[in-house]
Amino acid sequence: MATEIARVEEKLYQNRYIVDAGKPHISVEPHTTPSKNLLAMTKVCPAGCYAQNDLGQVEITADGCLECGTCRILLEPTGEITWSYPRGGFGVLFKFG
Amino acid sequence: MIEERFDAIVIGAGMAGNAAAHTMAARGLKVLQLERGEYPGSKNVQGAILYADMLEKIIPNFREDAPLERHLIEQRFWMMSDRSHTGMQHRSDDFNEEKPNRYTIIRSQFDRWFSKQVQGQGAVVICETTVTELVRNSDGKVIGVRTDRDGDVIFADVVVLAEGVSGLLGTRAGLRTTPKPDHVALAVKEMHFLPQETIEARFNLRGDEGVVIEAVGSISKGMTGMGFIYTNKESLSLGIGCLVSDFAEKGETPYGLLEAFKKHPSVAPLIAGSEVKEYAAHLIPEGGYKAIPELFGDGWVVVGDAAQLNNAIHREGSNLAMTSGRLAGQAIFQVKSRRDPMTKANLALYKKMIDDSFVMKDLKKYKDMPGLLHTNSKNFFLTYPELVSKAMDNFLRVDGAPKIEKENASIRSFIKQRSLLGLFGDAFKLARAWR
Repeated sequence: MATEIARVEEKLYQNRYIVDAGKPHISVEPHTTPSKNLLAMTKVCPAGCYAQNDLGQVEITADGCLECGTCRILLEPTGEITWSYPRGGFGVLFKFG
Repeated sequence: MIEERFDAIVIGAGMAGNAAAHTMAARGLKVLQLERGEYPGSKNVQGAILYADMLEKIIPNFREDAPLERHLIEQRFWMMSDRSHTGMQHRSDDFNEEKPNRYTIIRSQFDRWFSKQVQGQGAVVICETTVTELVRNSDGKVIGVRTDRDGDVIFADVVVLAEGVSGLLGTRAGLRTTPKPDHVALAVKEMHFLPQETIEARFNLRGDEGVVIEAVGSISKGMTGMGFIYTNKESLSLGIGCLVSDFAEKGETPYGLLEAFKKHPSVAPLIAGSEVKEYAAHLIPEGGYKAIPELFGDGWVVVGDAAQLNNAIHREGSNLAMTSGRLAGQAIFQVKSRRDPMTKANLALYKKMIDDSFVMKDLKKYKDMPGLLHTNSKNFFLTYPELVSKAMDNFLRVDGAPKIEKENASIRSFIKQRSLLGLFGDAFKLARAWR
């Protein structure tokens, strides 16, 4: 798993981002035990933004987000995350798309 | 602050939004288009194949200056097992015509060009602006939008929602629900750069000729999915996608699948020595006809991926997006020309036009297909490719075993993996859904 995360970080390094510092566009609601889908995001997120902390809770660091919306599909209907578009001009900016 | 009032506001500068904005602006409507990216295309991801016919209906002479990569003369379908692929391919010199039918494109470049055409028709295009809210009057009619630029409302007679597959705005406004996990695929893609001559030699191409490879099988690890390689001029678009519900169920990583696809012995030689310059991810609507939401209401219409208009079987999306955008633009123009208000009843014209077009007719034709592939995904994507590979191996390998024994072994392994009844059932269901 560690090598896989290293691999995705290497991929994200190719991309262009303008990070809206201090204003993440996705946040995970406080929880003690993550649901099946929330836990799955640690694998399914194509940018590897989701990870478990020492307490087993799932946290997000949205800086490398590719804005695909997968986590929104899986977790917004249950209220486990809040998901907005980044502020205009911020976030991933595809050179090729 | 924007004090003016517009005939129409288009949200998003992808294929559908640009088609709608161009169509309306060309007919003299006062159009404002809002895009959250730094430039049109900066948030857009596609394989990407452009179908000429649907763009010709909007910009007839697009070939003169649109950034096109290669025109497609060959299609390869691969059924992949872990170490093999069995393919079907079609290549024809007939595709080397004066006005080719399909091209590969690079979306961020193409979308910037498309947006210039939209602006050339007189539409106002504002980037780096995220629309945060649809504004309604006391009757519930959409009368404008609010953006993150300042808190003021920008007013328009009608709002065209071309916000893409995720469609946050329309969902928040209660116009439709969030797409279901088994109605969208997550695809990841890399841009692999290689010298032009290398691409032409590896893919057997001359000049601007191009090839598409689409692959199913063990690469999706039993999930409903597909891999692809598209040839651009000096790059290859290479990716793989599977249903979000399958990803969540299996806990596979998309980048893990992508790496395995790249290492497959049939793929690795094609990309050897390439320089990767971008990694992207995107959702693709796969729900088909049954997943299409309400397409119009008081003061609004929805077009393109936001309306789930995508033909998963033929892998067509951007042409449905362009067509729905164009038809929405034409319908709005007609209502406007009659000086009628943009009410739900009047905007029903858009639905009628899209129902009469290939968009709905095609989606209706395959309405049972996405479900079928999903419920039998293990057979279609894992069992059958493995069996085909075994059968081909039995057929081709010359090792002194009598042919009749090898043939029987092939048939036995098919029946062992999937009962005879199951095999017939799958074939029958597939044929019926296809018809």
